[in-house]
Amino acid sequence: MSPAIFVLLAIGLGLVGWLAARSRAWAFASSGEGRTRLHSLPSYHGWYVALWAFVPAIVFVAIWNVVSPQLVMQSLLADPAAAQLPDFGINRDTVLSEALAVARGSAQAVFNPLAAPLVEPAAAAMHRYGIIGIVVTLLIGFTGGVLAFLRLKPDFTARTRVERAVMLILLLASLVAILTTFGIVASLLFETIRFFGMVNPIDFLFGTHWSPDPMRDPAYANGADYGALPLFWGTIYIGAIIAMIVAIPLGLMSAIFLTQYANPTFRKWMKPILEILAGVPTVVYGYFAALTVAPFIRDVAKSLGIASASSESAIAAGLVMGVMIIPFVSSMADDSIAAVPSAMRDGSLAMGATKSETIRKVLVPAALPGIVAGVMLAVSRAIGETMIVVMAAGAAANLTANPFASMTTVTYQIVAMLTGEGSFDHPATLSAFALGMVLFVVTLGLNFIALRVVKRYREAYE
Amino acid sequence: MNNPDLESSVAAGFTDAGPAKISANKVSVYYGEKKAIDEVSIDIHTRYVTAFIGPSGCGKSTFLRTLNRMNDTIPSARVDGEILLDGQDIYRSKMDVVQLRARVGMVFQKPNPFPKSIYDNIAYGPKIHGIAQSKSELDEIVEQSLRRAGLWEEVKDRLTDSGTALSGGQQQRLCIARAIAVDPEVILMDEPCSALDPIATARIEELIDELRGRYAIVIVTHSMQQAARVSQRTAFFHLGNLVEYGRTSDIFTNPRKERTKDYITGRYG
Ligand SMILES: Nc1ncnc2c1ncn2[C@@H]1O[C@H](COP(=O)(O)OP(=O)(O)O)[C@@H](O)[C@H]1O
Ligand SMILES: [Mg+2]
Repeated sequence: MSPAIFVLLAIGLGLVGWLAARSRAWAFASSGEGRTRLHSLPSYHGWYVALWAFVPAIVFVAIWNVVSPQLVMQSLLADPAAAQLPDFGINRDTVLSEALAVARGSAQAVFNPLAAPLVEPAAAAMHRYGIIGIVVTLLIGFTGGVLAFLRLKPDFTARTRVERAVMLILLLASLVAILTTFGIVASLLFETIRFFGMVNPIDFLFGTHWSPDPMRDPAYANGADYGALPLFWGTIYIGAIIAMIVAIPLGLMSAIFLTQYANPTFRKWMKPILEILAGVPTVVYGYFAALTVAPFIRDVAKSLGIASASSESAIAAGLVMGVMIIPFVSSMADDSIAAVPSAMRDGSLAMGATKSETIRKVLVPAALPGIVAGVMLAVSRAIGETMIVVMAAGAAANLTANPFASMTTVTYQIVAMLTGEGSFDHPATLSAFALGMVLFVVTLGLNFIALRVVKRYREAYE
Repeated sequence: MNNPDLESSVAAGFTDAGPAKISANKVSVYYGEKKAIDEVSIDIHTRYVTAFIGPSGCGKSTFLRTLNRMNDTIPSARVDGEILLDGQDIYRSKMDVVQLRARVGMVFQKPNPFPKSIYDNIAYGPKIHGIAQSKSELDEIVEQSLRRAGLWEEVKDRLTDSGTALSGGQQQRLCIARAIAVDPEVILMDEPCSALDPIATARIEELIDELRGRYAIVIVTHSMQQAARVSQRTAFFHLGNLVEYGRTSDIFTNPRKERTKDYITGRYG
């Protein structure tokens, strides 16, 4: 029985409840000869009943969706035919799932002879629980709807109740995002702890040699191969140093131009265009970095006699990343410069300061906290960036300051480790989670500080 | 001049005042198509406080801002006529706005100290104009300016605190000190007390009186009592025109024009 049917049932019940309640409310309104005024509009009565018919039913459907397969499984195992099943492990599971698949109609025939006799009872159990599910859904929806319907009166406060329900629904929606984050962190944490069970955290955080071998026996995992320092360095070098050397001056200057020099129409067009740049998929920047910038830089470096220049270089990835980040810096800087009260500007101009002196000595310092926050958000964006480094920075874990060398980053290695051949309980694979955890903590910290700074800054001008 | 009365009042009244510091001739100001100031002519003298009064929207601020070219910051504003500072046309001669504003300082309606330390607020102008040769000279200017603005005793122990952390009245005196620090000849004040409480206002008025001896001070005010208290000259503006200009005592006790009298007696405004 497909879940869609259950959902449609619940919606149908809700619709019926809505129509019935609304016409009942109309009836109140017209029968009272102007004396009885409804507390709430008829449609609120409709929504009230509809919610009581729909929500409990849909909650049951959700629960039933989880519970019924287990009930089917139970009754299947209770069947005499199940006695011949192998006791444990993968065999037993494949036989059972084969039988279920055939019973459901999603597979044509049994491959495993043991599954054949189980098909019949599986189909029967499914059918039985399907019927039970539908009946109970209908019953719950109907009862909820009728109980709600019976409470309707002209002075019934349907509006208030519906508003409260709406608020609750919105609250739940916002909780989804938060709970998901918690879920992600929890799973990350769990795998990270497993990883640190195999590799010493000190080796991981401070070791300088990174060459995890997913093929080696995990029992002999060598902490010396899991020194992530070169990755941290690569990440910082590309994302926080090279990219920022590009992004901070360019972003700041474009913000100053847009807020102080550009005419208003130009600014009105330019600002959204710059912000759209932030929406270009990073893989597009990645192409650009790998196919255009990296070879160009290598050629230039070679012609300058830098023999170590490789076709995948930190500087290629960093430059392109810096360009990608410009809109983040300029947009935040633009907002905070524009937020400096014009009285500051006038005060400075009235002292005889020129426009550029005013910008350098008053506007930018006054906007500095906002600008710093923008830079921090940009850094946290840059160090989490993956596609550009995957395509342009390379895989070699080099601990060097040479920008023409190939370098690798935390994000690159996460991808590499998770898509490698290692099994999921091998430290090489698990190291991806530890790397992810480090990245998560660092970016969270940066964002947190940035938001605090911005908040303090806002307060300063209230 | 198309206003013989005004001409005679200016000429008759101020023979004691010496040559004008600022002399405006038939100055008109437009915002786009709209005329906000209509052929205003006025002489302003050193060692006098000149008050601009008039109902709000009559163009007092607009005219004040033409005197140090702050209207340049408003793209739609256009100024006609001539304004002479010591006989030099500030709009057409070689004098540029940087030099002009060093000589004609301005204090705004709302105190607007920079979000910097008290010291840096005062040092801002001298640094820009290269007035101080050394750190000790700068220290000297800062102290001197704060003293003249009557703020030194209150802030001398916390010069590194932010200027924005002071009270409203202190902030306004800081702004006055900031303007004084570049040693201007004229100080323009646009309703400098309108954001302050009565005590802070009284403090500023005292200060204006003390400063009168060194500078030409022009103060815009919407309070006739304030004009009467602090100024020696009063100019009454109405609908972009300069209606009457004369000794403050004359304007308040014996106005020549019907419109001035109506305004003084509170008939409108
Ligand atoms: N930036 C501006 N753009 C357009 N019109 C302005 C601007 N500033 C002032 N005005 C207009 O000029 C007139 C005089 O204003 P203002 O000088 O501020 O008067 P006051 O200071 O006497 O109250 C008003 O009608 C006002 O609306
Ligand atoms: Mg004004």
